[in-house]
Amino acid sequence: MTVGLGVDWAVQWLTLSARLMSEHREELIALDRAIGDSDHGENMDRGFRAVMEKLAQTPPETPGAALKLAAMALMSKVGGAAGPLYGTAYLRAATALGESAEIDAAALAGALTAARDGIVARGKAELGDKTMVDAWSPAVEAADEVLVAGGDAVAVLAAAAEAAEVGAVTTDPLIARKGRASYLGERSAGHRDPGAASSALLLRAAATAAGFPDGSAE
Amino acid sequence: MTVGLVVVSHSRKIAEGVVELAAQMAPDVRFYAVGGTDDGRIGTDLEKTIAAFETGLAEASGDGVVVLTDLGSAVMTAESAAEFCSEPDKVLLADAPLVEGLVAAAVATQGGALAATVKAAAEAVRFGPEPAYGAAGPAQSPGRGDPAESGEFELINPMGMHARPAAKIAGGLAGMDVEATVNGVDGTSIMELMSLAVGKGGKLRVEAWGKDSSKAVDYVRRLVEQGFGEI
Repeated sequence: MTVGLGVDWAVQWLTLSARLMSEHREELIALDRAIGDSDHGENMDRGFRAVMEKLAQTPPETPGAALKLAAMALMSKVGGAAGPLYGTAYLRAATALGESAEIDAAALAGALTAARDGIVARGKAELGDKTMVDAWSPAVEAADEVLVAGGDAVAVLAAAAEAAEVGAVTTDPLIARKGRASYLGERSAGHRDPGAASSALLLRAAATAAGFPDGSAE
Repeated sequence: MTVGLVVVSHSRKIAEGVVELAAQMAPDVRFYAVGGTDDGRIGTDLEKTIAAFETGLAEASGDGVVVLTDLGSAVMTAESAAEFCSEPDKVLLADAPLVEGLVAAAVATQGGALAATVKAAAEAVRFGPEPAYGAAGPAQSPGRGDPAESGEFELINPMGMHARPAAKIAGGLAGMDVEATVNGVDGTSIMELMSLAVGKGGKLRVEAWGKDSSKAVDYVRRLVEQGFGEI
């Protein structure tokens, strides 16, 4: 079965993302309060509210256009490090998708890779630094594996979402080496990285928007 | 003197405060303080940062802007803003501590330095503790050997070594093909030169290695003899 994802998926992804950021706002704030400046939940919620406003003002015609619009809104309105990081991620993904109206599994895996590479380039973090890279890198690897095995776009997103959730959990014992949490040194261990947590939520939203049943236990 | 200096901070108060501090030493320099979000919270704002870059570039009449930031995400916002602005190549991000870096950049700009030299002046300010220079005199870099040229000059200007003379020395030496020390410190570092705290009647010993050695020593000699234009 070949499933192509269109602009409706992209808009639904962003809409579900906004909903998840609102629902998990307090949880992300609590995570960030433990090891950061406690504004991640608020920043992401406000950023995605801005995304929804932009979507309403200028409905995009392609998935790439939807992600580009989201990138600009996030960069402008998030305020913290997540703004330029997610903004760069969505922008690179949008560039990778180009003008395509329909995205297949290969294009999707390529876009996820571009997004991850954008985050790495912008934040200069590596795997194991206790950042959102720890969610994105396993997600990209899982997506590529499914692609190679012949999976469709929905399967690619489902694998990415699941791997990102596992990746976020693996940040719990890590000592932060990037971002505000790195100032805490060893005291950053024992807390989940808020950026990895929000990344997992966003990738889960991508899979849910594609029609994959929400697999989270919560 | 056309380089514009942009501060990108999470806090409007920090941005404005550090500009206030640096402006005291560089009254003719144009500063642009960007801090906080558009709704008055702590954070960085891409649109405001782009706007400051564009204003700075326009007012810099071709010479560019040098950017100082506070914490990591301000760096990321500044990088993103540079990518989006009209002349990314003319936006130079200095990897330097905000307060000391801005002061060094401001003094260099006031002294007429171009953007690349201003950035270098900010970055010459070291993060972390400075290496200790012994009271008995500085150690030469191991392996560098005897200087190709050297000279010792007595300061005649009433104020001695302060920010503007330091900027003149550092700005000039930075543009030459030379490694030069002044009383043992890096001759291209405004902050290190200022830290020498040599008063009127005190001496500057210049040692230089490399192609422009004699030019470098001669340059400092002339500045000292002219009292850095202050007499």
